Amino acid sequence: MPNHLYHLTANQVTCGIRNGEFSAQEYIFQILERIEKVDNKINAFILVDKQGAIEKARSIDKRLRDGGAVGELAGIAVGIKDNICIKDLKTTCASNILESYIPPYDADVIRRLKENDAIVVGKLNLDEFAMGSTTEFSRYGPTRNPWNLDYVAGGSSGGSAASVAASECAVSLGSDTGGSIRCPSSFCSVVGLKPTYGCVSRSGLISYSNSLEQIGPLGKTVLDVVMVMNAIAGIDENDQTTKPIRPIATRTSEDISTSNISSKYTAGQNKRNITIGLVKELIQGADPAVSKCIYTAVDLFEGLDCKCEETSMKSIQYALASYYTIATAEASSNLARYDNIRYGFDYDPEGYEWNTYFSNVRNNFGDEAKRRIIIGSYVLSAGYYGKYYLKAQKARERIRQEIKSLFERFDVLIGPTMPILPFKIGEKIDDPLKMYQIDIDTVIANLAGIPAISIPIGFSNSFPVGLQIMADYMGEQTLFDVASFFEKIVDVRRSPEI
Amino acid sequence: MVEVKIGLEIHCQLTGLSSKLFCPCQCDYRGEVPNTTICPICLGLPGTLPLLNKRAVAFASMISMALGCKVQERITFYRKNYFYPDLPKNFQITQYNAFGITSIGADGKVDLGAKSIGIRRVQLEEDPGRLIYENADVNANFYTLIDYNRAGVALVEIVTEPDFDNPKDVRLFLDKVTSTIEHLGVCDIKLDGSLRCDVNVSLKGGKKVEIKNINSFGDVEKALRYEITRQKTMLIREIEIKSETRHWDDARKVTMQSRTKEEEQDYKYFPEPDIPTIILGDQFISTIKAKMPELPDERKIRFLKDYALSDHVAKVLIDNKELADFFESTVKLYPSSPNEIAHWIISDLLGLVDDSKKEERSLLSGLRIEPKHIAELVKMIDQNKVNRNIAKSVLSQIARTGEMPSCVLDKMNASLIDSESKIAEAIDSIFELEISAVRDAKHNPNAMNFLLGKVMQMTRGRADPKITLNLIKARLARME
Ligand SMILES: [Zn+2]
Repeated sequence: MPNHLYHLTANQVTCGIRNGEFSAQEYIFQILERIEKVDNKINAFILVDKQGAIEKARSIDKRLRDGGAVGELAGIAVGIKDNICIKDLKTTCASNILESYIPPYDADVIRRLKENDAIVVGKLNLDEFAMGSTTEFSRYGPTRNPWNLDYVAGGSSGGSAASVAASECAVSLGSDTGGSIRCPSSFCSVVGLKPTYGCVSRSGLISYSNSLEQIGPLGKTVLDVVMVMNAIAGIDENDQTTKPIRPIATRTSEDISTSNISSKYTAGQNKRNITIGLVKELIQGADPAVSKCIYTAVDLFEGLDCKCEETSMKSIQYALASYYTIATAEASSNLARYDNIRYGFDYDPEGYEWNTYFSNVRNNFGDEAKRRIIIGSYVLSAGYYGKYYLKAQKARERIRQEIKSLFERFDVLIGPTMPILPFKIGEKIDDPLKMYQIDIDTVIANLAGIPAISIPIGFSNSFPVGLQIMADYMGEQTLFDVASFFEKIVDVRRSPEI
Repeated sequence: MVEVKIGLEIHCQLTGLSSKLFCPCQCDYRGEVPNTTICPICLGLPGTLPLLNKRAVAFASMISMALGCKVQERITFYRKNYFYPDLPKNFQITQYNAFGITSIGADGKVDLGAKSIGIRRVQLEEDPGRLIYENADVNANFYTLIDYNRAGVALVEIVTEPDFDNPKDVRLFLDKVTSTIEHLGVCDIKLDGSLRCDVNVSLKGGKKVEIKNINSFGDVEKALRYEITRQKTMLIREIEIKSETRHWDDARKVTMQSRTKEEEQDYKYFPEPDIPTIILGDQFISTIKAKMPELPDERKIRFLKDYALSDHVAKVLIDNKELADFFESTVKLYPSSPNEIAHWIISDLLGLVDDSKKEERSLLSGLRIEPKHIAELVKMIDQNKVNRNIAKSVLSQIARTGEMPSCVLDKMNASLIDSESKIAEAIDSIFELEISAVRDAKHNPNAMNFLLGKVMQMTRGRADPKITLNLIKARLARME
């Protein structure tokens, strides 16, 4: 039995348990011990479901002993961002408003994870209602970057990325509305996927911006992320925006090469097997500490039969404005239901008239949530709708069209996931505009509905740098093939010392 | 005459569905324990998404087509944002045409004979829950109870153009629309609150005034008459008519200014991102067309043709589907005299119905009369087994007991005296008693009728009047 089971990848864990190298219980006890040991430093978890995790491990072990069948993800410790509903387990969105909310149903992704025998270990920290890029806007305090505890882990799925980086779970689920999976993945040096819009059911994901967001997996390797993606993706009758998707072929780093990457443009040719578009605006806009890292990687790919070509995406100039207009508009409406009448937190209505009670309740949102509710209400209000919301939708359409035409020439588009390295906790918290600007590279995929992944590509001043790869609509197979290939080439996987 | 403009907003619950508009909960909330026909979706719990009921789309399309609307090819849902405790999500999923027409129906027309009324739009939306005050005086309550059973029930909103210029046409229109909805089978209009109507009224020179809370369609006409008079009086006195929302006070039969002054609300409409735009293809539309039942206008033409009814009789029957169905069931049992049957239904049967029931449109509930009763009764009249006067009293007896007419007649021992000898005996005795009338009767028809009356009195109405009259005439002739 290996010494530190918690360091294993998800694939290693489930293989080890199936092969009888160790039991699900032995593994899960190590995971729980690890959480106990390091999470007071990281603050990735809002809630740890010790009992539930142990019971699940026990049942997997029993089934294996009895020669019964177990699911694809049997025994793998999974952490869940705390805006995804788990039946009978508190789901807070890191907000005072949902402090004591217990959902009566499982999100579709949770149902699928449970069916596949993954072990849900707990709920992970986030910016309140997933609004933020650092996980500082949480009522439970910021999640710290495992590579340097004074630095932000990124956000809003900070808990999801930090917990995987710190080996508190093998994989996790996050949600990505404008980069919320990819940003912390980049900052914490893990792999994080934002799937094609409609690939993964949003049923049970507490809405921030419905037309932009998707649930996605984070893991230590591309393979781990593919395994989870295959389990959670697919059509769901409880989400009418879901679409059928083909299972993704899993390839280990041993059998991936440029010759078997799924590419629609160069199939059958021997050389130059994948065409890569380097988005000029994204690289030029990045901090040199980041872009240097990206260029180093690109040189590496160029030497290996990849055709890299610089390209421009003019509509990027509209991306942030379009994103924040649409996201806040939808958010202002989504968050309207939190009036503490049907569920919420403990606050006696006795003696209050409805309007007073209502505004007192609404005062419990944090600053960033309030800011976005106000902006969203403004852009939707009579007289401003055409000026802001409709214009944002037009810009979004233009971005979509440009992306579409780019994928007529390229298999994938690449660039940095984040334009900057992780920064100190508190550094940008008082400057919302600066904070919004760091989302520039990631919002494009959400606006266009395309899949995008962030993979670790190196380190700069001992901080992780992530490479973002974007593929065409429903192009998950290409995306994963390219990501696996790059992962194999750059080979930067290591664990932070905690 | 001051020019009057009236427009209507009708809300029709699709009670013909089995589940709510966006979730699988049963949509029949009436009589259920509060907050039991609910689920995470209609309660708007965090993370839930609306799942559009496809049958509701079909039902709403049927209503659109029946009201002469073109069914739109692209259907979009919008969020209407406002805060109210009966609204679980604090927004209502509805439809909105300000940014292009995407409601299920638009631009329709309803023919009222002399004129036609434009239908601006037909749209699908969700009903909110209900606030319940235990004390009838709202202000005397220390708390409000909320029942979410109704939340998410499918509503079709029908908005007319302000094409009405008098309350009577409004009534005609409402009768026709109600009958259409009944014929489509999408809504049980007899259920309390299944069909609701808001009106707006403006007089030339004044602003538009909305009237809400009109609980019955019968009161719509009254509310309009009251409001028009009120506004006319204001104009005469040169008082400005402001744009406002008023409520119909059911008890006092007046319109009242709403206590809470409703400000111009900004609903911040935007497209509902969780329901993708629906493209209704030609196939969907032709399937719906094929499934459309017979509508009132078509049925009326058939009634005129097949049963040779008068225009008026056919209209009265068809304006209330219950009556039209009753009529056709009766004719099926006894096809010989459709006109006589129609006559019995619209004058005698309706004569037995309370006025209060007429407003509710559940006309025949409570009466125990079925088509088989009318069929037998009319047949007996045709065969001269009973005269009309007796038949009427038989009918009112059936309404209470539900017995067959022949059985009632037997009990009344009132089978028509058609034996001429028995009638002749009665005539003999009357002629002996009423000597002066007999003398006058030779040249005065009134005196003849007086004698007939006396004979009928003597036989307690059982003598066949036709035979009796002939015998009297014959007897008088013999005396000359
Ligand atoms: Zn429901």
